Amino acid sequence: MTTVTQDIQPILKKYPNARRDSLITILQEVQDAQGYVSKESVIAIGQYLRLPASKVFGVATFYNQFRFHPTGRFHVQVCRGTACHVKGSLSLLDTVKKDLKILPGQTSRDRMFSLEVVACLGACGLSPVMCVNGEFFARMTPTRARKLLDGCRKEAVQS
Amino acid sequence: MFTIEVDSKTVETNGSETILSVCKREGVHVPTLCHMEGFPPSGACRLCMVELEGSSGLVPSCSFPVTKGMKIKTRSPKVLAARRTIVELLLSNHPDDCLYCSRNQRCDLQTLAAEFGVRERHYIGKKNNRDMDVSSPSIVRDPDKCVLCGRCVRVCEEIQGVSAIDFIHRGPKAVVGTAFETGLNVSSCINCGQCILVCPTAALTEHSYLAEVVAALSDPNKFVVVQHAPAVSVTIAEEFGIKPGKDADGQMVAALRKLGFKRVFDTSFTADLTIMEEGSELVKRIQSGGTLPMLTSCSPGWIKYVEQFYPDFIPNLSTCKSPQQMMGAVIKTFFAQREGLDPSKIVSVSIMPCTAKKFECAREEMGRDYVQDVDYVLTTRELGQLIRMFGVDMMEVEPDRADTPFGMRSTAGKIFGATGGVMEAAIRSAYFLLTGKELKELRVQEVRGLEGIKEAKIKIGDLEVGVAVASSLKNAAQLLESVRAGRKDIHFIEVMTCPGGCIAGGGQPLHGDQNAIKARMQALYQIDRDETLRVSHKNEDVARLYQEFLGAPLGEMSHKLLHTHYHKREVLV
Repeated sequence: MTTVTQDIQPILKKYPNARRDSLITILQEVQDAQGYVSKESVIAIGQYLRLPASKVFGVATFYNQFRFHPTGRFHVQVCRGTACHVKGSLSLLDTVKKDLKILPGQTSRDRMFSLEVVACLGACGLSPVMCVNGEFFARMTPTRARKLLDGCRKEAVQS
Repeated sequence: MFTIEVDSKTVETNGSETILSVCKREGVHVPTLCHMEGFPPSGACRLCMVELEGSSGLVPSCSFPVTKGMKIKTRSPKVLAARRTIVELLLSNHPDDCLYCSRNQRCDLQTLAAEFGVRERHYIGKKNNRDMDVSSPSIVRDPDKCVLCGRCVRVCEEIQGVSAIDFIHRGPKAVVGTAFETGLNVSSCINCGQCILVCPTAALTEHSYLAEVVAALSDPNKFVVVQHAPAVSVTIAEEFGIKPGKDADGQMVAALRKLGFKRVFDTSFTADLTIMEEGSELVKRIQSGGTLPMLTSCSPGWIKYVEQFYPDFIPNLSTCKSPQQMMGAVIKTFFAQREGLDPSKIVSVSIMPCTAKKFECAREEMGRDYVQDVDYVLTTRELGQLIRMFGVDMMEVEPDRADTPFGMRSTAGKIFGATGGVMEAAIRSAYFLLTGKELKELRVQEVRGLEGIKEAKIKIGDLEVGVAVASSLKNAAQLLESVRAGRKDIHFIEVMTCPGGCIAGGGQPLHGDQNAIKARMQALYQIDRDETLRVSHKNEDVARLYQEFLGAPLGEMSHKLLHTHYHKREVLV
């Protein structure tokens, strides 16, 4: 666990004499480097900026972009933007939640899947859209989503 | 200076105020849920909306500065309707269980709903059904009852400098919670309970041990004794509608006896004992070059704060236990022996103005042979509840006195309840211990009063002792920082966690404003003026306890029972 905290020290060093206004940029950079914002990172950032952990956590949870669990091998994003909503992304998300047995923001116990809800992936013409590890999947339906996730599982077994 | 018009009445203002402060001064009632005296406005609740002529919408009076010639309406139909709607919206996802709520009849939200005549559920929102946090021995959080006014967050951050809680998540999901939404017990919460005092609803309440105490009182195999803290007798009357500043010591003792407690002891007695030990410790540290400045250790919130945030100052903390724990220790040893009682059959209850004491009594340092020295701590509010529950008319009972052997006290022990009191008591006795003479003027004016930090230089013989008194942990931190930065002229620092001391503790009656706290303080100093036994070292019962049992201050027995050591504490800070 301590290694995680050490990992973010190079990031913190990039912000000498930083104050609370650097908090969000630091959080973003930490998430980019580690895939999520760990407990240890929140505490380390708080100590560095002289902010209580509750405050750092409060700011981080205010924004949808921050995750607090490590991402799974397959990071699944479901778009809940307006166009996708109109085209039925709610039932799509429901299907994915049930299939993966996790909620948005969570990672499955076997670290295979993590689920994230995004406000818009910028591909409204392909709605409803899902995205797995950066790859877009257009005009999704619950059936196609289940197939897609099964495909991921197969891929994991094969490799 | 210019004038503004409030409800068609011309009012003078210096121009640098808000509408709300003008209204308050003029006696115009403007309701608010989030405003706190002495804090910058947050404008969170919007209940203080008023109509401003020439402005299209309503304006929040708490954060709106006055301008020349402005015309305000505080009770127009538009204003009243808006306020009622706000209350209705707050109620829309509220649990709506007032009859079963611990704040029933003391809840600001309930009062507002009554004031505005809310009679129908116009808006029915989804209830949140969030989990209660009962992890802390001191404080219970019920997020469902929270109206997100933010007062607790601000007190925790701006008065105590702890910030155990903050707003977590956003919009409809927003809650007041700890980092990582853990229980309060593993957070940096120091259990002071100031958040309870400012909470308008029952979102924050004390962890009650009434059921356990009631059960013990009815158990024939238990010997239930009680101690009451110095600051409780001057506030308990408020629980029964008497205005602040009344000392009801005798009535409270009589009421406690009627409740069924076998012995009633006065924690001020062990406050005197604390002074003997702590005063001797200070003298020893000064004479033998020990760690200085010495820090008081009576306030358990402060102890946890040092363990978490200033572990390098742990050697500075006095090793003395708090008066509550000293009393607990001598009850289950000396008193048990004297009465021929099995310590495990004694149930030791204490009535405290404090929620952190509930945490303190369960600390592993505070007992021996797996028996806690103090079993249950009740706050002043819980005592009020117990007295009502048992149907005792406290204000009508014949006053009574606390029991021997721990019933006699000096007024020095009594003024422990106010910020500066421990210091004043310590100075009185340290002077005697060092010089063998009494102070000419026992009253030490420099350490009295409600200022956050007070300092004084006391001449004792040819020694000049520098003392400082801090109340509220933000002020304490300021003092510690100055010591860290190299200040050497302070020998002794008294810290009280709550601003004003125990009279404003987190377990005290609700709705105590600054005037109430002043009145409580005056009541304590009035006792100090009226009585003749004013120094701890002249308390004969304390002297007898040393003679018959403890030996001498800082002796072997004292060391075993009355002193302890603290350790660095890892929490999420």
